[in-house]
Amino acid sequence: MENGKRKAIVLLSGGLDSMLAARLMLDQGIHVEGINFFTGFCVEGHTHAVREDRQKRNLRNSALHSAEQLGIRLHIVDVIDEYKDVVLNPRHGYGTHLNPCLDCKGFMVGKARAWMEQNGFDFIVTGEVLGQRPMSQRRDTFPVIARESGATDRLLRPLCARLLPETLPEREGWVDRERLLGLSGRSRKPQIALAAAYGFTYAQPAGGCCFLTDANYTHKLKDLWRSRGERRYDFDDIMLLKIGRHLRPRPHFKLIVGREAGENRFLEGYRNRFVHMWALDHNGPLVLLQGDANEADLDLAASITARFGQGRGALKVRVAVGRPGGPLGERDVKPLPAHALAAEWYL
Amino acid sequence: MMPHLDARYLLCPMPVIRVSACVAGLSTGEVLTVRCTDRGALNDLPAWCRLEGHEVLQAEADSSGDVVLTILVHK
Ligand code: SF4
Repeated sequence: MENGKRKAIVLLSGGLDSMLAARLMLDQGIHVEGINFFTGFCVEGHTHAVREDRQKRNLRNSALHSAEQLGIRLHIVDVIDEYKDVVLNPRHGYGTHLNPCLDCKGFMVGKARAWMEQNGFDFIVTGEVLGQRPMSQRRDTFPVIARESGATDRLLRPLCARLLPETLPEREGWVDRERLLGLSGRSRKPQIALAAAYGFTYAQPAGGCCFLTDANYTHKLKDLWRSRGERRYDFDDIMLLKIGRHLRPRPHFKLIVGREAGENRFLEGYRNRFVHMWALDHNGPLVLLQGDANEADLDLAASITARFGQGRGALKVRVAVGRPGGPLGERDVKPLPAHALAAEWYL
Repeated sequence: MMPHLDARYLLCPMPVIRVSACVAGLSTGEVLTVRCTDRGALNDLPAWCRLEGHEVLQAEADSSGDVVLTILVHK
């Protein structure tokens, strides 16, 4: 124990609650460091960082921003591969969309527990509030998280600890239970007042969490699984679902159409993974093609590419087609007329 | 040779994760150059360096639009 201080690892999401939980620990003289897990689905800079039209906003990782305000170290850990099992086979099922919140919490606290043990820390802290989230923040699910993560009574939830059974850090007197809070329910007023008292700035009160709660995003993910005939994904798949317009004109292929310069630039990075196309004689998007396309499909894809560019009113547009490893020629196409762009193609 | 990290086409927070892994293998006084396409890296990498005590010598977007940072490692 450095300077006799007890050490806590805080799951720092970038939202307000975990920042307040960390601050309550600092106020009690605990040595605090933050840990943040990148699952691939996190709502972080991502799409915002890609789109040039949104770059004027102050883009920053909110967990890092929280850590800076707290003056603590932050460990950002890539859990993309391990997290797949949580998404694909959640023991406790999904929330409204594809969000396996209870399994996800158990997984993250479990990772934090392993980190705590490896690094000689004493306990784990989260910003959970009793009754705030329907699936994972309930009186009956809190013990599930503590048990399945293996954290047991080394898991402290300072924002609502007064409403919960005593944990090891309280029993041992490492923290004073009297100075912990008893927040519950969905109201955010006490947290917002505390944030103001501490002078914190934060992204959104609830802390963004992830794309697995997003109807549009999960619709695209399910489409991907359907088209492959199996539920699996890799990192690039889930990144690309956040970028561009997605259209599936035929069951066996889909197109990802860049919406503006920033997205086109990002899609450039995938030229060596997919067949791709762009108009030569007009400005327009870079389009990636995922799936198998025959000659007729390539013509259709090229006419859609022309449709989304500035040559949409031209009689003919020359579209270059590339594939991993080199060019696949050029073709002259008539831009697809607006009425032929079927609404059901859009994902 | 100066260590160089290509973090292009990676989105937040991957550039930070890659830089952190790379810096773990370097010693005080070494200078790491990182190239990113994610503009957010201009905020995030300096923030991460401040927390870890490393020094950002330079951080700017070059003519290609990539963000290039040079980081002096302090341990
Ligand atoms: S919203 Fe996403 S990140 Fe948050 S607990 Fe649920 S699954 Fe996990």
